[in-house]
Amino acid sequence: MLTIPCPFCGERDEAEFRYGGEALQEIPQAGASDAEWADYLFNRDNPKGLVHERWCHSYGCNQWFQVVRDTVTHRIHAVYRVGEARPVLDDVDGASADTGG
Amino acid sequence: MSAPQPFRKPEGGRIDRTRGIAFTFDGRRCLGHPGDTLASALLANGVRIVGRSMKFHRPRGVLTAGIEEPNALVTVDWGSGRIPTVRAAAMPLLDGLEARSQNRFPSVNFDLGRVLDFTRALWPAGFYYKMFKWPDWRAFEWAVRRVGGIGRVPGGADATRYRHLHGHCAALVVGSGPSGLLAALAAGRRGEDVLLVEQDTEFGGSLLHDPMEIEGVGSDEWLAAALAELAGMDNVRLMANATVAGCYDHNVFTIHDRGAAWRGESAVESFWKVRAGNVVLAAGAFEQPMLFGNNDLPGVMLAGAVHKYATRFGVDCGRRVAGVLNNDAGWRSLLAVHDAGTPVCAMVDTRDEVEAGLLDAAEERGIPVYRGATPLAARGSRGVRALRFADRDGSVRQVDCDVIGMSGGMNPATQLYSQAGGRLRYDATQHGFVPDRDPEGWETVGAASGSFAPGGGSPVRPCTAAPGRTGRQWVDFQHDVTVADIELAVRENYVSVEHMKRYTTAGMAVDQGKTSNLNALALLGQLTGRAPGEVGTTTSRPQFAPVTMGAIAGNRRGDFYLPPKLLAAHDWHAAQGAVFDDYGSWKRPACYGPDRDAAIAREVLAVRRSAGLFDGSPLGKIEVRGPDAAAFLDRIYVNNALTLKPGRVRYGLMLNENGIVMDDGVFVRIAEDHYLVNTTSGNADRVAAWLEEWRQCEYFDLEVVLSNVTSQWAVATLAGPDARGVLQALQGMMDLSTAGFPHMSFAEDRFADGTPYRVQRVSFSGEQSYELSVPSNRAASVFERLRSGTDSAEVVPVGVEALMVLRTEKGFIHVGVDTDGTTNPLDIGFGGVVARKRRDFIGARSLARPNDRRGDRRQLVGFELLDPNRSVAAGAHVVTGCNGALRSEGFVTSACRSPTLGKAIGIGLIEGGFGRKGEEVLVYDDGRTTPARVVEPCFYDPAGERMRA
Ligand SMILES: [Zn+2]
Repeated sequence: MLTIPCPFCGERDEAEFRYGGEALQEIPQAGASDAEWADYLFNRDNPKGLVHERWCHSYGCNQWFQVVRDTVTHRIHAVYRVGEARPVLDDVDGASADTGG
Repeated sequence: MSAPQPFRKPEGGRIDRTRGIAFTFDGRRCLGHPGDTLASALLANGVRIVGRSMKFHRPRGVLTAGIEEPNALVTVDWGSGRIPTVRAAAMPLLDGLEARSQNRFPSVNFDLGRVLDFTRALWPAGFYYKMFKWPDWRAFEWAVRRVGGIGRVPGGADATRYRHLHGHCAALVVGSGPSGLLAALAAGRRGEDVLLVEQDTEFGGSLLHDPMEIEGVGSDEWLAAALAELAGMDNVRLMANATVAGCYDHNVFTIHDRGAAWRGESAVESFWKVRAGNVVLAAGAFEQPMLFGNNDLPGVMLAGAVHKYATRFGVDCGRRVAGVLNNDAGWRSLLAVHDAGTPVCAMVDTRDEVEAGLLDAAEERGIPVYRGATPLAARGSRGVRALRFADRDGSVRQVDCDVIGMSGGMNPATQLYSQAGGRLRYDATQHGFVPDRDPEGWETVGAASGSFAPGGGSPVRPCTAAPGRTGRQWVDFQHDVTVADIELAVRENYVSVEHMKRYTTAGMAVDQGKTSNLNALALLGQLTGRAPGEVGTTTSRPQFAPVTMGAIAGNRRGDFYLPPKLLAAHDWHAAQGAVFDDYGSWKRPACYGPDRDAAIAREVLAVRRSAGLFDGSPLGKIEVRGPDAAAFLDRIYVNNALTLKPGRVRYGLMLNENGIVMDDGVFVRIAEDHYLVNTTSGNADRVAAWLEEWRQCEYFDLEVVLSNVTSQWAVATLAGPDARGVLQALQGMMDLSTAGFPHMSFAEDRFADGTPYRVQRVSFSGEQSYELSVPSNRAASVFERLRSGTDSAEVVPVGVEALMVLRTEKGFIHVGVDTDGTTNPLDIGFGGVVARKRRDFIGARSLARPNDRRGDRRQLVGFELLDPNRSVAAGAHVVTGCNGALRSEGFVTSACRSPTLGKAIGIGLIEGGFGRKGEEVLVYDDGRTTPARVVEPCFYDPAGERMRA
């Protein structure tokens, strides 16, 4: 049961949120091959370590945003809003090896 | 009048001897005292056989003195109701408690099920796995279900109230033994917000039965002072009678709190979710059994338990105790038992090396000591009468005793630590798995960390199976897993600890391996030439100890389990004789009248001949506004949203990115920058959330806002040839004539009394049909006005079932019924629409994949049964081939006996269906096949003249 810092509301219990899978899946441009399209639809990195993922504060402000979470320790290293650049993480001491970032 | 307690010591213990507690066991009247557990009171009253084992119905007595008890499982009636499979050693003795043994017939002392014990060769480990393969599980199921399992689920309502509570603390201390108390005191003195949780009825842990000196004073004095200091701190909360059951991410813990119930305050159990800052795990350690023949006989107990019953409860577990040991801690327990007045007649230790001080103490007390010995078997049939063992030189000896106090070493209670992701390390000196490195914010202290006070001593010798034919040796008592079962598992190559566990079911009983895992994996290691550290342990998962199911459910039972959504006009429908069913989360009228089939037919024919009134309020209604509303919806829908004119309505399909049909419904252009999206009833919240996700995450460049107004508007659907006349009669209704308001039109206005309304002319029934939306609080009055009809037209209330028949006759699909997770728009005849749309929309790319365009995909067709007397159910398969080798080519998705057409029809999805119109197929339903003809899915008014009239 995570504590998630919503960038709009502050720290809230996981029960208030909805998970949206790995973030930053760029939709392929027109003309993408079937293989590229299938890769976009079905394949995820599922890293051991840092992962960028989407969450929605559905029982709060109903806003989607991105969370940088360590899949081993579940520690949340950063959150950022849709359209914001990926944060530069200088404090990743606690991050597990093989980071996806 | 006090019943005798033949095994109660004349003095001593932490029980209140001034007060008696009357209770019964299998109807026998017994007496105990406040401070007793059910197990200590049973032992005091001389009850030795407390239950029967699960598989072989062997007589069993009390093994432990704590929550790990695998044997003494009883059904308890007390206060608010009946609780099965209560661990007597962890159940406080409460006034008026009635306990019953389980798993016995006719009585616990004489059990016919014991016959299973004599046919045990038929019930080896892996019995279930083998029987599922051969010869046939069903041949055995009846018998297994009769004798297997343990306890019976009580009938009737549970009078206990269960509640969920939420809490926070800066420091959670699990366990109140000396280590836990020291940690709580330190954190409390630092001013931290401390929560100290103890599963026992009293705080103190081992100090309650094993006094020692702490900080220069006797532990009784120290304990009283420590508890007084903690109680005096505002920042410290103390919780007894509560089990920390689970540990989850970010230090969230579940705590099962029975304090109120067990203190007799009220029949309430609480299930806490507590978010902790730091955690101190001081949960102690579990003593392990030894392996020797018949080590499950009543009277064979853990040495520490015999100690605890003697000093904490003032109970003699028997008259003469023999010790079977492999470690120093067991010695200390039995010496204390001896000193408390229950003579110990032998110390049988498998080790050669024993701490000198312990040997001296035994000699002082005149207790014979056998080192390097091998315990062989307990003798006796319904209780221990003697212990047989081989001395170091191999000579077999026997000592008379009625209790065997065994100690196979201490295994730290690391279950919560493991749940937190902590790794365990095998400590060969102590023969136990100890925490390797505490997770962030955790501290494991005391026996839970593997440090057993007082430290040092001689190394523990891992438990081994007794040699030769000494009788069966139990590893898992409750599940009747023996050494032979583990040997069998190894012979059949189940050598991974997880496989061995599942094959033999060792460690899967109520105690979750607390008294069996260590011996099972040590044995597995010995049989496969591996050290316990190499074998590893199984994974600990919540719950740490059994939690009442009701506590997990909380108040989510009865009407609160899944609160139904009621229509605004619910009472009005009830007054019309509605029969309600669950449709998604809504309670809706299925039909009106007790005879379901007759009611449905009557309602269908009313729509076809005059007018029907249907409550369509759950229809999803999402407002889409903004300069880019049209562009947004054009990306959402398969259909063209740009060309729709204000005041007009269009049918649309929504796909997911994989090109699968997700929802359908009409959408309305109310104004240039204002749309109304209708979704399938029951799908409104999901579609609203999905649209919002696309708006925020992908189409954030568009100026558009969404709001879900589903429950704000009630919808009355009036359908049938008389619908327009009835609706037109409402005061203030706009002109509805077809010329000015044709099929697929929308308008909004106000009635004469000022009530706003929206009306859209759309049809799901195939008849002329209007959906009238009014504010939800006006639903009942508008429904009543419509139902009263006009002088020339009768209006009949119509339920969901009749509507489903009407739309099946018309061949209109219901997404999620006539489509599934593989259906794309091409499969249901929308290929033309897809081809005409030049712009991108969600799912478009997927429809270009070769597989999505294959001609042999399952495609939407209609069926007519050839036999007029047959009907089939939705789900029936369309098959080819002959008996025994039928192959499914698809299935019927909706079916009915059409009251309008007088025949059995259906629609469904079959392979290459578009090209098979006119073909005869076989439909397989309920074990029989019946012929049907593949036809166009629309059976009624294919030209649509009636709905446009
Ligand atoms: Zn928020």
